[in-house]
Amino acid sequence: MSDIAVRVKKIVVEHLGVEEDKVTETASFIDDLGADSLDTVELVMAFEEEFGIEIPDDAAETIQTFGDAVKFITSAA
Amino acid sequence: MFDLTGKCALVTGASGGIGSEIARVLHEAGAVVALSGTRLEPLQALAAELGDRVHVLPCDLSDAVAVEALPKAAIAAMGSIDILVNNAGITRDGLMMRMSDADWASVIEVNLTSTFRLMRAVLRGMMKARWGRIINITSVVAQAGNPGQANYAAAKAGVAGMSRSLAQEVASRGITVNCVAPGLVETPMTEKLNDEQRKSILDDVPTGRMGMPREVAAAVLYLASLEAAYVTGATLDVNGGGDML
Repeated sequence: MSDIAVRVKKIVVEHLGVEEDKVTETASFIDDLGADSLDTVELVMAFEEEFGIEIPDDAAETIQTFGDAVKFITSAA
Repeated sequence: MFDLTGKCALVTGASGGIGSEIARVLHEAGAVVALSGTRLEPLQALAAELGDRVHVLPCDLSDAVAVEALPKAAIAAMGSIDILVNNAGITRDGLMMRMSDADWASVIEVNLTSTFRLMRAVLRGMMKARWGRIINITSVVAQAGNPGQANYAAAKAGVAGMSRSLAQEVASRGITVNCVAPGLVETPMTEKLNDEQRKSILDDVPTGRMGMPREVAAAVLYLASLEAAYVTGATLDVNGGGDML
């Protein structure tokens, strides 16, 4: 796993309070990890802070899974 | 009860009759306060009176750029904004038939839109902290209406609806959003009323007198307190019983 993926996973685990092995490539924040809409906003804010990037709203909407997040941040960071 | 030690509060319109009293009361309860307003002199006078734990941050709420800068300046000065009191407001009274677009727009901009912008700006910090208090000062006219104040009543009723919506969005994060709706209060703004106007207003107020700024500030203090954690999306009327619904 890339350094970015490790850091993203840490944020997801801490924020959503889920087991690390549940955070798989295709795990959906809302459907699989129990996030509500506010959680997804908070996750995006946490990613922005951790990686010093801006995630515009239309991009944020495409980030549905752990894999989506890693992919977006890898290309943006 | 109502100890705000360690909490940081931003109060808009802190140079006015009600706003300055809100700042005093929050400060007395131990909060660090940032005083915002358009007139620097009364803000500085109030800051001098309060002594420590106080910051002066002038801002014209009709200027969108300045509104965006205000919360940033407050966080830079205090470290966080735990309590936001949107108290600032302007009036541009006139019967609707003669109300200009400019008078409509400026009241909506300052009283409604700037409230939206300031609330949006403080949410990030409050969500992270899992604690926040937003208190919007509305008015009895938001419910009752008032001839000559269509713009003001629309803005205040807008703030009330916006507050109830946000209250539901962020309740799970320990953030409460409430309104305080004053009736007629003794301030420099209402000193201009003549005896006849006063009498006609007070005829409809069971308490038979105007309210004091401190009576409004006390309601704000309660809603800002740790003890009010279970109160959100509410409007606390402070109007002498003048508009019971």
